Amino acid sequence: MSIWTDAVDWLTDSAHWSGDDGVPHRLLQHLGYTADTVLIAAVIAIPLGLWIGHTGRMRTAAVSITGALRALPTLGLLTFIVLFIGIGLTPPLIALVVLSIPSLLAGAYSGLESVDRQTIDAARSMGMTEWQILTQVEIPLALPIIVGGFRSATLQVVATATVAAYVSLGGLGRYIIDGQATRDYPQMVGGSVLVVALALTLDGIFAGLQRLARGARPALSPSQV
Amino acid sequence: MSWLIDNFAYVWSLTVRHAWLSAVPIVVGFVVALPIGWYADRHPRLRGSVLGFVGILYTIPSLALFAVLPGLLGTGFLSPVNVIIALSIYAAAIMVRTASDAFGSVSPAVLDAASANGYSPAQRALRVQLPLAGPVLLAGLRVVAVSTVSLVSVGALIGVSSLGSLFTDGYRRTFNTEIVIGIAATVLLALVFDLFLVLMGRVLMPWASLGRPVRSAA
Repeated sequence: MSIWTDAVDWLTDSAHWSGDDGVPHRLLQHLGYTADTVLIAAVIAIPLGLWIGHTGRMRTAAVSITGALRALPTLGLLTFIVLFIGIGLTPPLIALVVLSIPSLLAGAYSGLESVDRQTIDAARSMGMTEWQILTQVEIPLALPIIVGGFRSATLQVVATATVAAYVSLGGLGRYIIDGQATRDYPQMVGGSVLVVALALTLDGIFAGLQRLARGARPALSPSQV
Repeated sequence: MSWLIDNFAYVWSLTVRHAWLSAVPIVVGFVVALPIGWYADRHPRLRGSVLGFVGILYTIPSLALFAVLPGLLGTGFLSPVNVIIALSIYAAAIMVRTASDAFGSVSPAVLDAASANGYSPAQRALRVQLPLAGPVLLAGLRVVAVSTVSLVSVGALIGVSSLGSLFTDGYRRTFNTEIVIGIAATVLLALVFDLFLVLMGRVLMPWASLGRPVRSAA
């Protein structure tokens, strides 16, 4: 297909690799949004998720909220927040934070839930305080699942930051949105290829991290996280 | 509210379109995933690579996939087929994992008993394993349905109209009402799909709602 050779031409054109519209700048922007969003969301969701997982309280509420958020259309939420607050960097970041909280929350509480009750009882009977149980028993054992939460949150943000280019956010999504606006299909396809490559790379890194988290201690259950 | 009344025909036509763009991928994804998940469950050595592959497919951002597919398929850039195929890929990617877990959850003793009763492998798969895996399959399908309905709206960015068009249109005109109605209609449609699946489950699997244990401990 000529669209592919055109896209390759677009990707290899040195004019597209420098300046504010250039691939390196857009890539760094995209990674920056992703890191900012996931960090902010983690500060909110991880302590909450650990609390829910440790105490078992609010579990039903957490499950139904994470379920309901899945039905919310990303694009609708994005455009709504932008019109509500105004154009700028903050509204799309808020929307991205809202979208990545459920994955992180679910990772934290379901990770803690996956820890064998007998192990926790044993730790308690050895005289460990609740804080010690959380930090020295539950979190280490739950780590692969918690990292799994970060993995899906990150991928979701990478994907949604692409969509957020529509509400004037920068990043790699610009190529797809701008390409669509000007009927510049090679640019759209070139940008898409970059986004896919970024998503696959990040997913691979997180898969490695999950393996590390799992390998740092004796094997848990054989079931996949 | 008056905007909705004035534009009800428009919103309704987008809803019908949205429902159609969601239903096809959900059905296609389910039908494609069942045999793959069943096969993966029966061949543990293949299971890892099959699940790894579908996991990678799910990693691809939707907007990027919508934009790349025309080049791969030779379809037009504005064709709804791109959205349908992309979402079918996601649906199948989620369902394969669920299906392999669902088939795996059926107790081997039950399958042995079926074989001992003279069931052929095909009969055993269709008449024993499939019904017993049903409740887990249904749970996965409900996730697929809700996320598919939500993702269809992204297609509006590449010019495939759906309820997502209310977002792009509302954004262009700085008109929040239209966006809120779009969100409400999308969530409502997702609920309708979910409810439909739950009812289908009740009709097709009456035993699952009797409160008897469906799965024996694997």
